[in-house]
Amino acid sequence: MSDMQKTIEIEVLRYHPEKDKEPHRQVFEVPFTDDMSVLQGVQYIKDYLDGSLSFRWSCRMAICGSCGMMINGIPNLSCQTFLRDYYPARVRVEALAHFPIERDLVINMEGFIEKLESIQPYIIPKEERTLAQGEYLQTPEQLNAYEQFSSCINCLLCYAACPQFGLNSSFIGPAATALLHRYNVDSRDGGKAERMELINSEEGVFNCTAVGYCSEVCPKHVDPANAVNQNKTNSAADYFLRFLAPKGGAK
Amino acid sequence: MSKRRPYVRSMDGWWRKNPFFVEYMIHEGTALFVAAYAGVLLAGLFRLSQGEAAWNAWLAALTNPWYIAFHLAALLALSYHTYTWFKIMPRTMPPVVVGGERLPGWVITAGGLAVAAAACLGLLALVWGMAR
Ligand code: SF4
Ligand code: FES
Repeated sequence: MSDMQKTIEIEVLRYHPEKDKEPHRQVFEVPFTDDMSVLQGVQYIKDYLDGSLSFRWSCRMAICGSCGMMINGIPNLSCQTFLRDYYPARVRVEALAHFPIERDLVINMEGFIEKLESIQPYIIPKEERTLAQGEYLQTPEQLNAYEQFSSCINCLLCYAACPQFGLNSSFIGPAATALLHRYNVDSRDGGKAERMELINSEEGVFNCTAVGYCSEVCPKHVDPANAVNQNKTNSAADYFLRFLAPKGGAK
Repeated sequence: MSKRRPYVRSMDGWWRKNPFFVEYMIHEGTALFVAAYAGVLLAGLFRLSQGEAAWNAWLAALTNPWYIAFHLAALLALSYHTYTWFKIMPRTMPPVVVGGERLPGWVITAGGLAVAAAACLGLLALVWGMAR
């Protein structure tokens, strides 16, 4: 019935801070079937070949955003990338580029969490409302304005695709800007002036040189490059408007 | 004591690591031709301001084979620059909503390329008409 078991070579970039000075490659021979994802391949290594291998995952269905890796040099969710697409060649997996490696395939994402906090990713109401005033109403067009930018799953593939973030890690970057934009263009929100200060700052959108690869790799079609570049225009408008309206605009 | 020692990988040669980045660098590189060609046109304008003899000398200099080769190279580089410029354009502008539907990116790209082609042909026709 079953023909010969197929095996594929998976090359993993290993790094154990306790004993390694720097990362090194290790190749594993992994038996696989056509329905196995790269994540399942890595799980096989952990379960049967080397229990010390570290990586993040949870949902296995491209929704939690925790399994991002460089797969043959391309940022991707390992749960939606299949081993059969690489067979018979070797697959190379590595921690997401441009982030510090904490251990093996696990990156340090503290910098991103700080950025996420800094954009105030919640609705800042325009004015105080009482319960008696009822719920907010929104038209389909008002929903359309931000819906795409709210699909982000914080997988950070876009950061691994952004050389400007790699060269300057203080750049607020694609996903955080997309989320910032998501709240700024929400009809219920009144926090735009505060958030624009971040957009206009040294860490802001002008670090972007429109490489555009972030939008290319985003698994949720958020198009973060669009959010970043729309805010270059917003930032320029903010800058010039303050000459017209000294009380408004950026500080 | 913490055992954590996050390892930061080098960015050396980053643009060679992914075909997308190589393409990006070529696109950025062709911008040098845009600048160089603007320089050529400005030089022509300057020579024109110096009178007929200077202008004719400039025109004669342009017939040098090296200059013609440069023009061919610039034409190629600028065409590629135009193509990649409009390719990225949908990502850089606010959504265009027509009849309640968002215009797809390829329509914006195709529209931009069509306008660029029409402008080039229009200019060519104008110059052609004046030269005759
Ligand atoms: S914008 Fe896309 S690629 Fe970036 S973190 Fe969000 S879902 Fe991931
Ligand atoms: S495991 Fe959740 S996105 Fe891949």
